[in-house]
Amino acid sequence: MKEEGSVFEKIKEKFPEGFISRHSFRGDDTIIIHREYLYRIAEYLKESEEFRFNILMDLTAVDYLGRGYRFEVVYHLYSMDFNRRVRLKVPLLEREAVVDSLVPLWSCANWYEREVWDMFGIRFNGHPHLKRILLYEEFEGHPLRKDYPIDKRQPLIGPGSKEDRNRK
Amino acid sequence: MGVDKTLDKNIILSKLDRALGWARKYSIFQYPFVTACCGMEYMSVACSHFDIDRFGAGFPRFSPRQADLLMVVGTISHKIAPILRTVYEQMCEPKWVIAFGVCTCTGGFYNNYATVQGIDTIIPVDVYIPGCPPRPETVLDGLIKLQEKIQNQKQEI
Repeated sequence: MKEEGSVFEKIKEKFPEGFISRHSFRGDDTIIIHREYLYRIAEYLKESEEFRFNILMDLTAVDYLGRGYRFEVVYHLYSMDFNRRVRLKVPLLEREAVVDSLVPLWSCANWYEREVWDMFGIRFNGHPHLKRILLYEEFEGHPLRKDYPIDKRQPLIGPGSKEDRNRK
Repeated sequence: MGVDKTLDKNIILSKLDRALGWARKYSIFQYPFVTACCGMEYMSVACSHFDIDRFGAGFPRFSPRQADLLMVVGTISHKIAPILRTVYEQMCEPKWVIAFGVCTCTGGFYNNYATVQGIDTIIPVDVYIPGCPPRPETVLDGLIKLQEKIQNQKQEI
């Protein structure tokens, strides 16, 4: 079982300022880290011979409205060579909802990050093309934020749209 | 009376409206506007198991300019709504629209920021086929209802 703990120990040892906490619920290893260290830690996990987390399986975000660190960006990494997974979580303040882009490490992060921007309004520093991916450009706000009004609609045509209001 | 009897075997008398309606209802060229899971049910209706061709609507055209019937199959989001309206406007008269599945009828259970709450808010609809997804029999029933409507409407020439 020493193997399982080693990713925590290594991160704690290599990036003592970046490490916040860890847990391992039912074998799901999770490391919570500071956003300034995200890129370095991700790069280390990807490149180091010990771990080789070469696949970014998923990248998403959670809105904990009412909590001090309102947002959390979540990264799921997978190592093909060792058949291991690890989850990184980066807490963010609402007024500083920005984190480094991981596109230089995993190009698949490109569309994931655009989706997180689209849905949560979290920006990614250094992203090559950060624009909405699912919704249309005319859309205002970010619908998966918990304070987005549940019944707010922004149709492009038809009742309630701009052209409809102009006609009236 | 005598004349009628001779004519009976050789001539069919009808009104032009009825004749055109009969021709139109059995030669439907449909445009499948398929966006979501209802598409599987559409395929089932279109292919040999349920075979929509038995009812004279077996010919899908993938150009709206060659189609008479717009089948809107699947959830319509606000993002795609302008495209759906453009497709409808490109179709030549006479034209009909079927709302296939509950999402197109009312938005279904997608009462959220992304989904149009019924396509009748953007284009006119002739027949609504609810269901999630509708059974192929339901679709054929809807098609037959549309054919009745085509038969009985005033035919613009």
